[in-house]
Amino acid sequence: MGLLNLFFSPHRHSAAIAKERLKIVLAHERAGRHAPDFLPKLQKELIDVVCRYVEIREDMIRVNLGKSGETSLLEINIELDGAKPMLTPAHAGLAGAARAAPPVKSG
Amino acid sequence: MAKVVVITSGKGGVGKTTTAAAFAAGLALRGHKTVVIDFDVGLRNLDLIMGCERRVVFDFINVINGDANLNQALIKDKRNDNLFIFPTSQTRDKDALRREGVDRVLEELKTQFDYIVCDSPAGIEHGAITALYFADSAIIVTNPEVSSVRDSDRIIGILASRSRRAERNEPPVELNLLLTRYDPGRVAKGEMLTVEDVKEILSIPLLGVIPESESVLRASNTGTPVAFDSESLAGRAYLDAVARFLGEQREMRFVKPERRNLFRVLFGKA
Repeated sequence: MGLLNLFFSPHRHSAAIAKERLKIVLAHERAGRHAPDFLPKLQKELIDVVCRYVEIREDMIRVNLGKSGETSLLEINIELDGAKPMLTPAHAGLAGAARAAPPVKSG
Repeated sequence: MAKVVVITSGKGGVGKTTTAAAFAAGLALRGHKTVVIDFDVGLRNLDLIMGCERRVVFDFINVINGDANLNQALIKDKRNDNLFIFPTSQTRDKDALRREGVDRVLEELKTQFDYIVCDSPAGIEHGAITALYFADSAIIVTNPEVSSVRDSDRIIGILASRSRRAERNEPPVELNLLLTRYDPGRVAKGEMLTVEDVKEILSIPLLGVIPESESVLRASNTGTPVAFDSESLAGRAYLDAVARFLGEQREMRFVKPERRNLFRVLFGKA
């Protein structure tokens, strides 16, 4: 490749772009290939449960299925920094039920 | 022991049928009794590529349904005694390719042949899955182009999870990459993925590289498997690939741009 080619062949690097794009898309697709079908539903339900107790955004929870040697690993990361506890009566009631605390009579 | 070899790719138009015809012809030329089966029900084309379209009487579906026996449906190649063609049906009923029926026919073929080459349809539907299900070995036909490489990766995943060998926890289907329509000139200019790029991305063993060649269209025009054209670059590349498949060491040819010599310019040899 001489200097002239640099000016006259604008598509010189398109193969390199193709390779880079393929590597990224295939890394993503291969990761999803071995995931069990229930994973997206599990992820959604986990978010729902956590949301009953603390106010979190969807991007604060990460569910990952990985492999460590012979063991399959389901990794769940929930970021709580800056998350506010739920304080509405309905949620407080739910939280109480979950802890199986005795009901308190008022009045 | 007979070996079932599937020619597959996911993407269409990459050269599966050309490869199935050439590969079967190459195996037959090496003295192995070989049958090549068309799995593309409803879109029969292997007969045209093999040049036997006017000799089709009974087909794969007839044999599966018991309307004809195997020897009535098999077409003997006129150029090589070791080579047989098993055409498919033009029925629009895709489900005609029942798995138990295919299994039974393949088992019968195994008693008569050394190699059973299965030409898979494109896609990942019933026909393609049936073609790869019984495979011992797979040849993944790939063009140096993004959509073809991605679809090949998908098919490799399906072979690893949905083949009979995978279901039975047997040793996995042996995978081989065949890179077709390769243009060394464009690769040198950085316009096309290199052999090494595709090998690295798919990470399966490379069986061969078939250069883009005018001889492939010439072969299909005349109904001759391109491996019978030992003058052409593509024909020679297929024969090399067959030799490697049979365990021989062959240097990878036709991967560097060719200098155009006066002879080629004058006589237009591809």
